[in-house]
Amino acid sequence: MNEIIVLAEHRQGELRDVTWEMLSKGRQLAETLGAEIGVALLGKGVKNLAEALKPKAHRVFFVEDDRLEFYNSETYEKVLIQLITERRPFLTLIGHTATGMDFAPSLAARLKMPLATDCIEVDLQGETLSLTRQLYAGKVNGTVSFLKKDPYMVTVRSGSFPVLERDPLPGEVVSIPSPLTEEGLAKRFLQYVEAAVGEVDITQADILVSIGRGIKDSENIPMVKELAQALGAALSCSRPVVDKKWLPKGCQVGTSGKTVKPKVYIAIGISGAFQHVAGMKGAGTVIAINKDPKAPIFSVANYGIVADLFKMVPVLKDRIKELKQK
Amino acid sequence: MNIIVCVKRVPETTEADISIDKSGTDIDKSGLVFDLNEWDSYAIEEAILLKEKVGGTVTVLTLGGEESNESLRKCLAMGADEAIRLTDPAFIGSDGFATARILAEAIRKIPYDLILTGTQAEDDGYGQVGVAMAELLGIPHAAVVNRLEVQDRKVKAHRELEGGLEEVCEIDLPALLTIQTGINEPRYVSIMGIRKVAKKEIKTFGASDLNLKAEEVGLSGSNIKIEKVFLPPVGEGAELLEGKPEEIASKVFDILKDKGGLT
Repeated sequence: MNEIIVLAEHRQGELRDVTWEMLSKGRQLAETLGAEIGVALLGKGVKNLAEALKPKAHRVFFVEDDRLEFYNSETYEKVLIQLITERRPFLTLIGHTATGMDFAPSLAARLKMPLATDCIEVDLQGETLSLTRQLYAGKVNGTVSFLKKDPYMVTVRSGSFPVLERDPLPGEVVSIPSPLTEEGLAKRFLQYVEAAVGEVDITQADILVSIGRGIKDSENIPMVKELAQALGAALSCSRPVVDKKWLPKGCQVGTSGKTVKPKVYIAIGISGAFQHVAGMKGAGTVIAINKDPKAPIFSVANYGIVADLFKMVPVLKDRIKELKQK
Repeated sequence: MNIIVCVKRVPETTEADISIDKSGTDIDKSGLVFDLNEWDSYAIEEAILLKEKVGGTVTVLTLGGEESNESLRKCLAMGADEAIRLTDPAFIGSDGFATARILAEAIRKIPYDLILTGTQAEDDGYGQVGVAMAELLGIPHAAVVNRLEVQDRKVKAHRELEGGLEEVCEIDLPALLTIQTGINEPRYVSIMGIRKVAKKEIKTFGASDLNLKAEEVGLSGSNIKIEKVFLPPVGEGAELLEGKPEEIASKVFDILKDKGGLT
């Protein structure tokens, strides 16, 4: 019998969204293939998560072990080598997340499985998989095929697949004995650390003025700060601005930063990479200023201004001050 | 402490106008400016910072044609001690896995304590090569590292997770880490700095030097193949605000009032 197995990703007691997305997509693929869907859950004290996963799969492969309390690429690999070797699923789906990126390539190399990473679409024609992934930071999409035979491994980008409402599946919980032993690990989990919160909590602001790579230099930041002040807005940014240490980590909007839902989000010099968009797509209204009319930010914005930000921002600030006084 | 850093030369595309080339499987790269992959610039900086702190050597390794010497020289100018370029017509078409195999074979010949790579490359963005290479070399690894400290024969690494969370782990050396942007501030390299290393030797190795068979590299050694590339479908798109800057500013003001953001 053929099978698709999804790896359940969870952290600090909660299943992550990508898990539901993969299960939804995986079920659809399994149906096309005439196969069944399974989900692998590794952890300690996560019986409640196994229950939650039941309606979404034919089988929940459940591995409980004290050594699986925190994710570790070494323990995950050991468990998954055993599971994949035994079940030999046609396809294993893993999130292209900080977790998936940390172990999928080594697991695939160990099992000599063909791997396609960071896919945004997975299609089946008969038994042939066709994958879509982005190249050149989202400037183009590519269709990718496998050159070798199954079993395959695919890592998928978070937010790529909708979670469809479907009838529940039987969800038989299959407890699998853990293959882990007392043998020492070369990699050991120590702790989680929260990034420091900035002076301003950007998740609480009604208006966010947000800047990206287009701001070019830290010298240009006072200009946008003035605009933010005129609007009574908070200042946020995309990743490159934090990487360059121009604004603190607490100001970063995106996958590895904050998720924000302001009434109005003004994106200035932000191209709109998916990692950024993931953090701001919940905004009520998005206004984007960018000199590149093809910038992806314009396909998520409600209003677009194709202009040089260095010309537009000062005018905008003056005009807003003026109109506010009226 | 001997550190190996794997780097890649990539086209700068963030602000460029992109078109598809004749093959339909890649972008047209004529007219594009190339530079060291952004993630790799942080990896090489981290290696040099470590060397400055604890001593040792930094060897930089790349896969590519003669044009990749430019990226290697940039790394040498930043402070790397040695540069190696892996090149062979048979390597062309290698996917992430085949690339990892080639780099791993070269690394087997070099003594090392730590290997650093970028978390991913700006062009193909596989995010796969470093972690796959660790497996091929049989050493522990951690991906998406945004802070690290070496103590004795161990490295304490912070892995960047989602939502501002970090995972701290301890790894025995030798190990491989994939480096995230923002971990440091890569030093500036002047044209004079690059000139100073213009004559420094860059060693090259081909498939036979690495005992790699033709079927292990290039497209035949790969697991995936790009069939075609295309411009992403454009969504509904924004309503464009046009006119003089002052007129646009007034429209923005109205939107802000209307959408309840401005009080």
